[in-house]
Amino acid sequence: MSKNVLEIRNLYVSYKTYEGNLRVIDDMNLEIRQGEKVGLVGETGCGKTTTMRSIMGILPKPAGRIDQGEIFFEGKDLTKLSSKEMQCVRGRDITAIFQNPTAALNPVFTIGQQLQDVIRVQVSRKTGNRVSSREAKERAIQVLKEAALPDPERLLSNYPVQLSGGMKQRVCIALAMVSNADLLIADEPGTALDVTIQDQILRLLMNSVTKRNTATLYIEHSLGVIREWMDRVYVMYAGRTVEVAESADLFKNPLHPYTIGLLAAVPKLTGGGIAQGISGRVPEYINPPGGCRFHPRCEYKMDICAKEKPPFFEVGKDHKVACYRSA
Amino acid sequence: MKEILRIDNLKKYFQTAQGTVKAVDGVTLSLAEGETLGLVGESGSGKSTVAYSVVGIYGATSGKILYRGKDISMGTVKRPKSLKKDIQIVFQDPGTSLNPRHYIHQILAMPLRVHRIVPENEITAKVKELLDLVQLPASFIYKHPLELGEGEKQSIGIARALAVNPSLIVLDEPTSALDVSMQAKVINLLLDLQKDFGFSYLFITHDLGVMRNVANRIAIMYLGKICEIAPAADFFHKPLHPYTRMLISSVPVVSEEEEQLRPVKVASRGEIPSPVNVPGGCGFHPRCPDKMDICSLEIPAMYEVHPGHYVFCHKYMTHNSK
Amino acid sequence: MLNSNNAIDTADEIRSKLWQVRKDNFKRSWYKFTGNRLSLVGLIIVLIVIVLAVFAPWVTPYPEHRGAFVDFSNAMQAPNAENWLGTDSVGRDILTRIIFGFRFSLIMGFVVIGLAAPPGIIAGLVAGYFRDTWVDTLIMRITDVFLAVPPLILAMAITAVLPPNVFYAMLAVTLMWWPWYARLVYGIASSLQNEFFVQAAQITGASRSYIIFREILPNCVSAIFTKMTLDLGIVIIIASSLSFVGLGAQPPTPDLGTMVADGAKYMPDQWWMTVCPALAIVFVVLGFNLLGDGLRDMLAVEEV
Repeated sequence: MSKNVLEIRNLYVSYKTYEGNLRVIDDMNLEIRQGEKVGLVGETGCGKTTTMRSIMGILPKPAGRIDQGEIFFEGKDLTKLSSKEMQCVRGRDITAIFQNPTAALNPVFTIGQQLQDVIRVQVSRKTGNRVSSREAKERAIQVLKEAALPDPERLLSNYPVQLSGGMKQRVCIALAMVSNADLLIADEPGTALDVTIQDQILRLLMNSVTKRNTATLYIEHSLGVIREWMDRVYVMYAGRTVEVAESADLFKNPLHPYTIGLLAAVPKLTGGGIAQGISGRVPEYINPPGGCRFHPRCEYKMDICAKEKPPFFEVGKDHKVACYRSA
Repeated sequence: MKEILRIDNLKKYFQTAQGTVKAVDGVTLSLAEGETLGLVGESGSGKSTVAYSVVGIYGATSGKILYRGKDISMGTVKRPKSLKKDIQIVFQDPGTSLNPRHYIHQILAMPLRVHRIVPENEITAKVKELLDLVQLPASFIYKHPLELGEGEKQSIGIARALAVNPSLIVLDEPTSALDVSMQAKVINLLLDLQKDFGFSYLFITHDLGVMRNVANRIAIMYLGKICEIAPAADFFHKPLHPYTRMLISSVPVVSEEEEQLRPVKVASRGEIPSPVNVPGGCGFHPRCPDKMDICSLEIPAMYEVHPGHYVFCHKYMTHNSK
Repeated sequence: MLNSNNAIDTADEIRSKLWQVRKDNFKRSWYKFTGNRLSLVGLIIVLIVIVLAVFAPWVTPYPEHRGAFVDFSNAMQAPNAENWLGTDSVGRDILTRIIFGFRFSLIMGFVVIGLAAPPGIIAGLVAGYFRDTWVDTLIMRITDVFLAVPPLILAMAITAVLPPNVFYAMLAVTLMWWPWYARLVYGIASSLQNEFFVQAAQITGASRSYIIFREILPNCVSAIFTKMTLDLGIVIIIASSLSFVGLGAQPPTPDLGTMVADGAKYMPDQWWMTVCPALAIVFVVLGFNLLGDGLRDMLAVEEV
């Protein structure tokens, strides 16, 4: 078993607001092994973005706070690092791709300028030497070629506004690949794109990370994408991971009632109507339900579910569920 | 079944600094009463423009839109008031389709007041009735859109469309901004309402899974033109147009059965061209795996390959053209 | 069906529930506002100035000094126990005159903005609604003409022609103030034209005036209020500038600008005669600026 690149242990994160303390992340646990592609799937409000922000150390201050828990990245606890140390980790050892490529690129600089900036900072950090602008330019053209962008030399002098959504996202992938990081976090990179373009982008992204053996944390709300591309999947609900399994296993054999409900609600290409969906709403984080946070909406709930938070139960190879039904 | 809507060679061009955008370039469709016609496509396909032209946000550049036989291709400003009751729309983005400064009560009362659906002292009762129809609690009349979740906002958008008792509802990607479980609720709500009240739906979306379960017939568009029209099951079991096959094979699915259904993987290649620069002949030819010489020269005619299943592609030249 | 609560609320119940909701929203906004210390300082300053101005005759130590009053035995005194900010060249207490001066500044500010804002707002709304038509072009070009003239010069030109007094000074400033509101509202209104909720209202068949005043205007209100608050500071400075050059309030009316002008002759020996009124102007304007910033932060977060 390869060692873990990323390990989140018992993480609690909260936000301070007018209404009170929002206890968003509640005892979260997650592991990513070397070279593995791990999906984190959950709906809006479940805390996926907060998780990503906690890992990268970009929680909004002063409202966001890690209350408890550890985030181990290659053995180092990121929660204990100073902001200067965290700055070195970000971009060099952990890179990210975001949902909206238009917002991720600065509209007043050319692609070349933005790429070369990143190259200069990251490569000089890794090697300790200065990078000449000629070297930076060559490396920029190289990563653009790897991202399957046509005519890279000309692209360097283009502005983001001249590119289509798909091409911008490829540039963002190129930016992320520059430093050969050990961990890539992708936050719904295909959501803003058309289906046929998303297909190409994901293919490119997955090929890049496989080639470089980069561990990937892929945050997504589309189950189909997860099933097609991920090795292992975590299902997240209301601040906690509730089920984890290998990709094929999760879709063939979902065990947590939330996972089951979610899969049933996806409209299938084979027809047959859509299931009713899960009754109720995502809980308020001001006063979340006690015990298992899903219990008010669960049709299989038992007495203990409201009282005690369920631990993870092993139900198969690499398949764990936080549910008393599987005890 | 009677035909409620007929779009006849509709063209909508926009003049921009970059040139003429041919958003819709010759679209012919018909919708029967009580039916759901799905319109599928990616960016630049023109599906939203068709929706907005039906509802009157845009006036047509040329061609006709006939509602129950009457020409409605002019924009809303010129339409008679009774038409504004009959045709309604549910928008894509729940965040901006409701005025953030209004209370829900006012949002739902506005259409009631404009068309004098009920006298003033019965407005609150009717508003509560509408909320009930979309399965929201009556206490929502005191809420702001900002306090609601996306699915609830979208339900309010539906309630607003229902307020004037329309016959035809255009739905422009009503669930694209929603999570899976919210999406399921909204779709089921729409289907139930259709069963109870007999609405006709023009349903626009890019999500093929939703389309399969909602539409009776499906039309797929690319760069302003229709590629294929078919009954829902046929569309997925026997896709004919190369773009349809590319699209279906690019959609990620969640089950084995769906995997089996999909056509052999047509690797998606190329970018979607900008509608300012539409390729000559068949707009899809630069990306088409089955391209022939004629494809870059001539626009394909419509061929009926199976009953009710039409395709615009030179591959099917041997079939009956219409 | 889901609903059990089918009781029809009477109009009174609805009104009281809406009040409750509005109070809750206000409390939340207040929390956001007070998060920034400086905005709170601004609010306190503005409140102090307003209270002082309103209750001037009762709060000031020498209310009779506000008009034509002379006491040469006590003239040109440095700040001391009886006159906290000293006395001017004819023996009047400067602190008293400053507080009465606040009255004029505030009146000037409120009247000018009260007169300039409504026509500007309406012009902006109409131009924004009829965007890209001749109505838009006509209104915005007129606005441009007014904006092209430097404000202080225009005000001075007007007051140079007309007899110099407070009333004409206010008129001058009003005339060159309204276009700014037109432009602000035009920007918001024309961008809102494309929003779905405006389209929805048009598709449903709502009347033009409903759309302009009930759909679009409420979304401009927060920008307008913020601008009004910041403008109060600027108008006070302009008014004081006009008095400083002799075109606004005339002696013996206590006006901050006139006081600064009078005291300038005696600098630097009797410094308090100029410096104190000048600091008073700074105090007021600073208050409104901080308050306006706080309002902008508080209101902006709530929008779409």
